[in-house]
Amino acid sequence: MTALMIDLQWHDWLSLFLHYAMLSLISIGGVITTVPEMHRYLVDQHAWLTDAQFNGSIAIAQAAPGPNMLFVGIVGWNIGLNAGGFAWAAFGLLLTLLGTLLPSSLLTYFAAQWGHRNRELRAVRAFKLGMGPIVVALLVATGWILAGAHRDAQQDWRLWLLSALTVVLVARYRVHILWLLALGGILGASGWI
Amino acid sequence: MGCGRSPVLACDDRPRPTSLSDLFFSFTWLALQGFGGVLAVVQQELVERKRWMTNEEFVENWAVAQILPGPNVINISIMIGSRYFGLPGALAAMSGMIVLPLLLLLVLTVSYQQFSDIPAVAGALRGMGAVAAGLIMATGLKMLPALRKNPLGVPLCALFAGVCFVCIALLRVPLVYVLFGLGGIACVIAYWRIGR
Repeated sequence: MTALMIDLQWHDWLSLFLHYAMLSLISIGGVITTVPEMHRYLVDQHAWLTDAQFNGSIAIAQAAPGPNMLFVGIVGWNIGLNAGGFAWAAFGLLLTLLGTLLPSSLLTYFAAQWGHRNRELRAVRAFKLGMGPIVVALLVATGWILAGAHRDAQQDWRLWLLSALTVVLVARYRVHILWLLALGGILGASGWI
Repeated sequence: MGCGRSPVLACDDRPRPTSLSDLFFSFTWLALQGFGGVLAVVQQELVERKRWMTNEEFVENWAVAQILPGPNVINISIMIGSRYFGLPGALAAMSGMIVLPLLLLLVLTVSYQQFSDIPAVAGALRGMGAVAAGLIMATGLKMLPALRKNPLGVPLCALFAGVCFVCIALLRVPLVYVLFGLGGIACVIAYWRIGR
């Protein structure tokens, strides 16, 4: 993983926090659906993270136990490391986690009871049902972008094959994800991909 | 409303978390079992093992957790925790989901950075990344059958899903435009269809 050296000013940290707070409020279907936007903002627009660091953060959180959304904290950790050391890394982790959790959690806490009481309202049902196809397609698109993030054309087909194999085994045959992560790890460690 | 008709209010004779620390450790335990995602474990632990809620209640809660923005499994922990113990319950369940898994993840991340020069370690993570990408796609595909009963109808659902995929995956349109633009149109059509 090639490290970056970046110089973040206080207003950069503030816009990072605000960007995550904004993503928190639009992350319908889960934080993972905002991955394309995070990638666009952090890697393409600001270059605060490398492609490898971004994908590595997601992969390690997926491989580790616990909610996948914790990858957000690792993204913040890596931005902090690029900006200069463990203290900034801890700061970045808290900033991105707080930005991601605070708005949506407050909204959830207050809206859950209201939403439940009014779940038969036509507007509530329309919102819930109308968002269905969008949320599902977002998940597929997110996986698509993550699978295609590798740039080395010679190795591409093997990684794609592994991603495609995973899709079939999980969606069709319900193979336990631990086996597949182990398979990916072994194939990767042995240098096949 | 009697407890038989209210899917979210727990009946008195039903098992329930005994204390805030019970909530915290229950959610810590299920979070630590969830490799590559926690949802399947949440359902299994709370419905099948602890029997805090029936499967129908779980599905109903999950629908709300999905609709609301934010991490879905965090949302459902907030909803369950608050139902038993109010705000303290929400905080206990949510921090149970986050604190220990986060510390563990940090240890893994830091040790990974020390070993990242070893090609096998970088390769293993690359391989697991490809699997993780496939897992996310598979989760989306597994949700597709749920759209069959959508009042939008299968052709419109396919159209919205297809346009959404092209916009996000191929054209890289910022998410906000897709969610509020495309999603807004879908919600308006759904509203109209429900009313007919």
